[in-house]
Amino acid sequence: MRALLLRDLRLAFRAGGGFGLSLAFFLMVAVIVPLGVGPAPATLALIAAGVLWVGALLAALLSLDRIFALDYEDGSLDLLATSPLPLGGVVAMKALAHWLTTGLPLVAASPILAVLLNLPAQGYFWLLVSLAIGTPALSIIGAFGASLTVGLKRGGLLLGLLVLPLYIPTLIFGAEVVKSGAAGAAIGTPLAALAAITAGAWAGLPLAAATAIRANLR
Amino acid sequence: MSIWEYANPKKFMETSALALPWLTGLSAALLGTGLFWGYFLTPDAAKFGSTVKIIYLHVPAAMMAISAWMMMLVASLIWLIRRHHVSALAAKAAAPIGLTFTLIGLVTGAIWGQPMWGTWWAWDPRLTSFLILTLFYFGYIALWQAIEDPDTAADLTAVLCIVGSVFAFLSRYAVLFWNQGLHQGASLSMDKQENVSDVYWFPLLVCIAGFVLLFVTLVLLRTRTEIRARRMAALLARERLA
Repeated sequence: MRALLLRDLRLAFRAGGGFGLSLAFFLMVAVIVPLGVGPAPATLALIAAGVLWVGALLAALLSLDRIFALDYEDGSLDLLATSPLPLGGVVAMKALAHWLTTGLPLVAASPILAVLLNLPAQGYFWLLVSLAIGTPALSIIGAFGASLTVGLKRGGLLLGLLVLPLYIPTLIFGAEVVKSGAAGAAIGTPLAALAAITAGAWAGLPLAAATAIRANLR
Repeated sequence: MSIWEYANPKKFMETSALALPWLTGLSAALLGTGLFWGYFLTPDAAKFGSTVKIIYLHVPAAMMAISAWMMMLVASLIWLIRRHHVSALAAKAAAPIGLTFTLIGLVTGAIWGQPMWGTWWAWDPRLTSFLILTLFYFGYIALWQAIEDPDTAADLTAVLCIVGSVFAFLSRYAVLFWNQGLHQGASLSMDKQENVSDVYWFPLLVCIAGFVLLFVTLVLLRTRTEIRARRMAALLARERLA
């Protein structure tokens, strides 16, 4: 499994810049929104938490089809499916590689973008915490969506249609943590719910995705 | 005699052919009675005026929208566990009907909300979770459409239906947390005290029964169509081979 993880990481770093793209996209969202809604600091402070979370969602979505598509095309997914590794483990490792290459940089970059969006000072810590806890859920849910559409030639749009509704609870609780944190209110409940979603998704979805991949490879 | 007999497509076709005319007649009669009773024979409500009468479409449609998803969930589980094709086809057949009920619920709700709340739409938990349910229906139907191989499509949509159910349920509670409601509480419950008054209650019950039967009728009809389409595809494939 570790070999698989390292292989995926190496591919992501080397194969033509897939690594930085979603980070750049996240930056784009943070730049474009103020251009759209106007530069008033009060407005921006109000929507900063939501915009950053929606940006994280879209940035994750953008890179999802890479998780399985290339391996499906060159046949290495068939090899992985027939290898002694449990397929659920393969899915989990691929989702982990996806998180390390898109989610983690995004978490690290978020405070800088929060400055652009004028997030209130108390919110920074909770922004980091909520993204660090929530983005792994985005990766594994996305891996599940990618496993459903891996056999399709033009699965990109469909993938968005399937995955975004599944992202809704994560988005609501994640943005809520930042909003309450920035306002200085209690964040216990949404934070616990966010952590529960991440834990539950990592426990259950690799198996569902493995079922879907088997159906697709048949 | 067990329910699994109907997993045999031939048996299913025979029985549903017998049942369909009765179901059609009964649901038409119930819907006709319920709607006529509701629209013409009940008084206007004190606070609502005649707008209250949209309840006879709004509530049954909303109930059936959720029930249809539940039915799809059960059918998907049966398909994944016991591999009965009729079950997978029934889930496929139910999805557009459920989507239609969801849209009826949303549209009648908007039409009702405009005079009552002064707005067509509000980000109320119930409204929002219904909109999210619509998105799940769209995704489910789109996935069926996108995949060519019927068995793969049945497998993948079944998995999506199960995972989607969990997330739809989560969303329902997440939006409760996220915003306070404008929508009233449950209109129906076993507790008599909380119900709408009897004048509206009885025609509403008739309408709900009519919608349930309408749903069953339509699902049977569409499943029969799917089975025939599957048979036709098999015949065509055989002809090409010969």
